[in-house]
Amino acid sequence: MITFDNVEKRYPDGTVAVDGLSLEVPTGTLTVFVGPSGCGKTTSLRMINRMVEPSGGRVLVGGRDVLDEDPRILRRGIGYVIQHAGLFPHRTVVDNVATVPRLLGASRKEARATAMDVLTRVGLGKELAQRYPAQLSGGQQQRVGVARALAADPPILLMDEPFSAVDPVVRKDLQDELLRLQSVLAKTIVLVTHDIDEAIKLGDRVAVLRPGGVLAQYATPEELLTSPADDFVAGFLGVDRGVRLMSFFSSADLPLRTDPIVTRDDAELAVGDSWLLVADDDGRPAGWRDGSTDTELLPVGRPFVPGRDPLRVVLDAAVLSPSGHAVAVDDDGRALGVISGEEVAAAVRAAHNRRETGTPSPLEMRKSR
Amino acid sequence: MSLRIPGYLGTFWELLGDHLVMALGASLLGLVLALPLGLACVRWPRVYAPVLAACSVLYSIPSLAFFVLLIAFTGISRTTVILPLAVYALAGLVPNVVDGLRAVPDSVRQSAVAMGFSTPRRLLTVDLPLAIPAVIAGLRVATVANISMVSVGALIGMGAFGALFTASVQLDRLDLAIIGIIATVVMALVVDAVLVLVQRLSTPWMRRTSKVSR
Repeated sequence: MITFDNVEKRYPDGTVAVDGLSLEVPTGTLTVFVGPSGCGKTTSLRMINRMVEPSGGRVLVGGRDVLDEDPRILRRGIGYVIQHAGLFPHRTVVDNVATVPRLLGASRKEARATAMDVLTRVGLGKELAQRYPAQLSGGQQQRVGVARALAADPPILLMDEPFSAVDPVVRKDLQDELLRLQSVLAKTIVLVTHDIDEAIKLGDRVAVLRPGGVLAQYATPEELLTSPADDFVAGFLGVDRGVRLMSFFSSADLPLRTDPIVTRDDAELAVGDSWLLVADDDGRPAGWRDGSTDTELLPVGRPFVPGRDPLRVVLDAAVLSPSGHAVAVDDDGRALGVISGEEVAAAVRAAHNRRETGTPSPLEMRKSR
Repeated sequence: MSLRIPGYLGTFWELLGDHLVMALGASLLGLVLALPLGLACVRWPRVYAPVLAACSVLYSIPSLAFFVLLIAFTGISRTTVILPLAVYALAGLVPNVVDGLRAVPDSVRQSAVAMGFSTPRRLLTVDLPLAIPAVIAGLRVATVANISMVSVGALIGMGAFGALFTASVQLDRLDLAIIGIIATVVMALVVDAVLVLVQRLSTPWMRRTSKVSR
């Protein structure tokens, strides 16, 4: 556990970077520090491994004040991932990853063996091991950075804007990879970002900091979205809180309608002006047919799998569908039913009402870990 | 026209050996002094300006004056030539060492600190290797300059190939001057090529950056 106890960082020129920060990062969870620039999030992070020393209050790691520890020993037990990875350009990938084991006294051979294991664990092939960092893409470098931080198996991992220097596609991969690793390793992670979406996606808990280094709110992503503490937090979360909140609701128990699903033969005979979902012989959705006109089938778009995709995906599919309905399929891709955007919205309202009356909602789900 | 070097000057190979020992000795001594000075200038940025000023002042002392001044302490010896040339080399080497160390990306330095490197260990195993290209660039300039400057030592009787130039005038033998010039130029080219090779071998990470993969 990491504890900030009324921590303050005031520089000699009077600038206050962190002001009265008190919070606890429970063991084995991922906490995100998020806020605009100048909110003291990186300063706070660096006080955990003593790269910055507090001018007031205490930072405790595992119950011990970090100021009582030898900074070099402390840091070797805390993994650190930085923006741009910060790999050593003059060392090969495997030697970069072997750095902390070497500092801890392992022989070159032992350290390299450990490094190879960790590289495999973060999804990097052995063929990359002998390359130099300049021969890797930005995403690969960042993966090596994560591998290097994990090499000595530290219980704590600090990540300072780890994914902000890579393009959005790679960033999403790296975020998913971090969640996958965390589900296996259960490290105590503190991650700093200025990207609220990243914070919502990755954090078990999110600390929103305001300029001047004051904690605005420390809560789960879901609490932040449903009940932001004040206008600053609400403004920082943006205008589409409701839609994003839907990422936390499951699509498992949505009321699906099966009556618009027809076979190709039935579609020929159908009359009336309602939309029909035409299915193949093996039950897979082939396309939408507008009953009022005799036209080609319109594309189904991306169907959802009930229970696996969150409500946000369902609503998105409904909005994009020509018929205004999202299509549910099973794991084999066979059509299960359809649901309209209005019906999704009604399901969300019902889930909210249940939450407010204290009844546990069947639609609630935790992020897929 | 005979191309023989007069016997009292020594053989060609003796002159070559002398010349190399003095020129390379001065470069090496300059490097040994420049590395700690440069590290100190990066560690304590305030000392950089005075150190640089001192190097420039020393550089402005004429070499002949320097030699004559040193004879009182080191006599007519190779050391008398090596010391001033090493001091001149500092004026070029110190800024190169400092620039090379300062060019280490901040993210690299920060991550070294965050992994638990002590400052001396970081300077020696991270910052200094990354400064090698800049340091060797400075060393190449200094060494070529030294190879040329050793000739001036002939004025105090320690000039190696420089002795060929004074003898050329005294004996009215142009061929000796030409031998001296060609030998000096070829030596400079060869030594420079060796330094380029040293840089390539000592910085393998700079060579293999062409085949970037995604």
